[in-house]
Amino acid sequence: MSDRPGKSFSVALLGKGGSGVVTAGDMLLTAAARCGLYGLMIRAVGPQIRGGESAALVRLSPAPVECLDDRFDVLLGIDWNHAERMVADFAIDANSIVVTDPAEDAVPQSITASGATERQLEMKALADSVSGGRANMVALGYVAGLAGISREALEHAIAKKLGPKRQESIDASVAAAMLGFSRTQSSEAPQAANGASGKRWMISGNQATGLGALRGGVRFAAAYPITPATEILEWLAPRLLDAGGTLTQAEDELASINMAIGASFGGVPSLTATSGPGLSLMIEGLGLAVCAEIPVVVVDVMRVGPSTGIPTKPEQSDLNAAVYGLHGDAPHIVVAPNSVTDCVYTTQWAVHLAEATQAPVIVLSDQFIGQAIVVADPVAEISFFAKRKLAENIDEAFERYAITADGISPMPIPGTAGGQYTADGLEHSSKAKPSGSSGDHCTQLDKRARKIADFDYGQHWADIEGEGELAILTWGSTTGVVREALHRLSSDVSRKVKLIALRLLLPVRQEEMAAALDGVNRLMVIEQNHTGQLYRLLRAWYELPENVDTLHRPGPGVFRPGEIATKINEWCLE
Amino acid sequence: MSAVAPCKLKASDYKSDTKPVWCPGCGDYHVLASLAKSIAALALAPEQIAVVSGIGCSSRIPAYLNCYGFHGVHGRALPLATGLKVARPDLTVICAGGDGDGFSIGGNHLLHACRRNVDITYIVMDNEIYGMTKGQPSPTTAPDWDSSLAPGGTGVSPFHPLVIALASGANFVARSFSGDVNGTAKMLAEAISHPGFSFVQILSPCVTFRPDQREWKNMVHPPPVPFTTDASQAARRVMTDDGFNIGVLYKGSRAKYAQAVAHDDAFEGDFQNEFLV
Ligand SMILES: Cc1ncc(C[n+]2csc(CCOP(=O)(O)OP(=O)(O)O)c2C)c(N)n1
Ligand code: SF4
Ligand SMILES: [Mg+2]
Repeated sequence: MSDRPGKSFSVALLGKGGSGVVTAGDMLLTAAARCGLYGLMIRAVGPQIRGGESAALVRLSPAPVECLDDRFDVLLGIDWNHAERMVADFAIDANSIVVTDPAEDAVPQSITASGATERQLEMKALADSVSGGRANMVALGYVAGLAGISREALEHAIAKKLGPKRQESIDASVAAAMLGFSRTQSSEAPQAANGASGKRWMISGNQATGLGALRGGVRFAAAYPITPATEILEWLAPRLLDAGGTLTQAEDELASINMAIGASFGGVPSLTATSGPGLSLMIEGLGLAVCAEIPVVVVDVMRVGPSTGIPTKPEQSDLNAAVYGLHGDAPHIVVAPNSVTDCVYTTQWAVHLAEATQAPVIVLSDQFIGQAIVVADPVAEISFFAKRKLAENIDEAFERYAITADGISPMPIPGTAGGQYTADGLEHSSKAKPSGSSGDHCTQLDKRARKIADFDYGQHWADIEGEGELAILTWGSTTGVVREALHRLSSDVSRKVKLIALRLLLPVRQEEMAAALDGVNRLMVIEQNHTGQLYRLLRAWYELPENVDTLHRPGPGVFRPGEIATKINEWCLE
Repeated sequence: MSAVAPCKLKASDYKSDTKPVWCPGCGDYHVLASLAKSIAALALAPEQIAVVSGIGCSSRIPAYLNCYGFHGVHGRALPLATGLKVARPDLTVICAGGDGDGFSIGGNHLLHACRRNVDITYIVMDNEIYGMTKGQPSPTTAPDWDSSLAPGGTGVSPFHPLVIALASGANFVARSFSGDVNGTAKMLAEAISHPGFSFVQILSPCVTFRPDQREWKNMVHPPPVPFTTDASQAARRVMTDDGFNIGVLYKGSRAKYAQAVAHDDAFEGDFQNEFLV
């Protein structure tokens, strides 16, 4: 297992909407990256679109981080106007520092009750002493100082964020930040900085998904906005054009899935992105792609459901819909990235799988990994590149849905002379003629099932780490929390535990799973939903050890590593 | 429209060997004949054409042609056709279906397809009924038409597709009658050649569930005046006509949907640089 953050530094910046805490958090992360650190930032916004409270939750560490810590070292409030509503997001304790501006209201009781040390920082007054200075920059300087970040890195981050054309505001921001910075002695910081520099990426999961799609060869996207998936589509829009592709805004998700299928029928690898409500609307279209054998990728950035649920918070509760939502016997593929950077890899793989199998692939990302921004090592290029089996030299005997050994039939692209056929959601013969015969239905069902079941998914079906007679099985964004929890356990406990993070949720991989579970006598399944959806899927499809425990709870609060570590520890000692 | 060399095929060469499921006498046979004639007249190669549809008797049309076809799901023919045309502007994309498919379950897509003005031709075979499901009222059915589902009639005013198409920005709007095969073929050729979104309503009798529609052949008549390029004039005319005026109503000159540059497999752009800190 890779080096895990022993000593990380977590800071929560809070202020009313427009106070610039997210900008400050972004700059803090950039500056930390410049110092050779890794990190992660979550932007939390209150229920109102504007004017409500907002917060930047930043964690910095000498090693890569994939989740929030259990607690914050520092909670800084530019003001405390709506702090009460977000208090659940800020776990602070007697060892934490609360930074407050004496010109603002007192720190709310719910926060002081933690016993944290209170420090005064005259953010407004200091900002006012600089022409064009803002309190969020004073706050930034102060927390950067606490985090042991260099002045040079801080200046670089400010300049990078504000851009080359805004020298005046860069100067004002740097001056304000330095006023905050000089109020701390870097020696008091929980030493995160190790000074090691290397190239780092700063990327969100939604951007990473877009990048994976482009790398995989997607050149058409259809878009209907929905939180928390919109950024994938917004990131793709201009870049697809640069890549010689296009994005079309649809009137709804019924249209977006069908547009993507239409484009893909035309031979262009296609994708759409949505969240739970949109996935529900796309289900009929996905069934069409199964039956007509058209490759298409749908990214579902899961949020709390059902219905509109809690749109800005994560939950791993669309698994059932993704796996079982389609009517009929409809073999398709469901994959899930297990970290922010894994969104690149898993999405690229998804495009590859869709193109290779001529089937729809659902990518289950979630609000946490979609909207988290991380500082991480660059994600290497992988060689997956959409390869569709095309029908090219077509003769009289050509059959669009030919029964082949691997179940994959060469597909003619419109424009190919002699390959004309009608793609159909009606059951059909191998010649693509509508058919109601049980023979055709069975051979086509078998063929469509076989191409998905027999495909070679290689080792990508799961990330498996460690060895032991105990195994933890998890998926998606919960994986990062479990990884860190395992790392925290004493070595005599952790060396008994194997981690299996499923990337391929459908089709099931019974043989591979049996090999992975060989020698395992107890299993714990961890996921973020109310009913244990993965646990039930495993129960239905896999041979499991006799003793299987499940740890699942719904959103909106994400799992924290300490919570999981405690559970695993108790479980190991049972 | 395709830039390939003209293709010298007869109308019958564009028909496939699949036997239509339609009832004898169904108006849709004539629409099929007209469509084949129109693409033969335009000398388009069959592999450069895609006919996209939804679900319904009329939506079965793609399989009866020797072009590329897509028989999708109920109501979603227009988005399917839109994605295809945007991704593959070199193809001639024709979308076809019924009044239930296009005006009811797919009604929202009609508005946005007109508005978006992608260069496709949309043919609706209007029989004022759900034929495939055996005779329920559709959005164009008269309010007093009696049926099992709506005994005594729906009491609901019918939808006016040409007005909706005009108001939503369609760039070519016409009405035809399936029984007039040559006139329909000529109109379809014009619609396909016209840039942007072309909408053609074809009155196409359902002889099985609406035997009264056999009378349509005696009711249709040519328009009193030729087409206009003024949408408001066209709207006024069509709002006040008897529904049996046949002909091109409107030809617009609105810019068609901006199309993508050609798909480039070799692209190896470096989008990752933006992530470097
Ligand atoms: C989602 C969905 N709902 C309902 C149906 C059933 N259905 C099939 S065709 C049809 C109506 C077809 O009417 P129209 O489009 O006017 O075609 P026609 O048969 O009259 O040519 C309906 C409701 C379906 N196939 N899919
Ligand atoms: S039911 Fe009506 S619309 Fe359908 S094929 Fe028969 S006549 Fe034509
Ligand atoms: Mg009808």
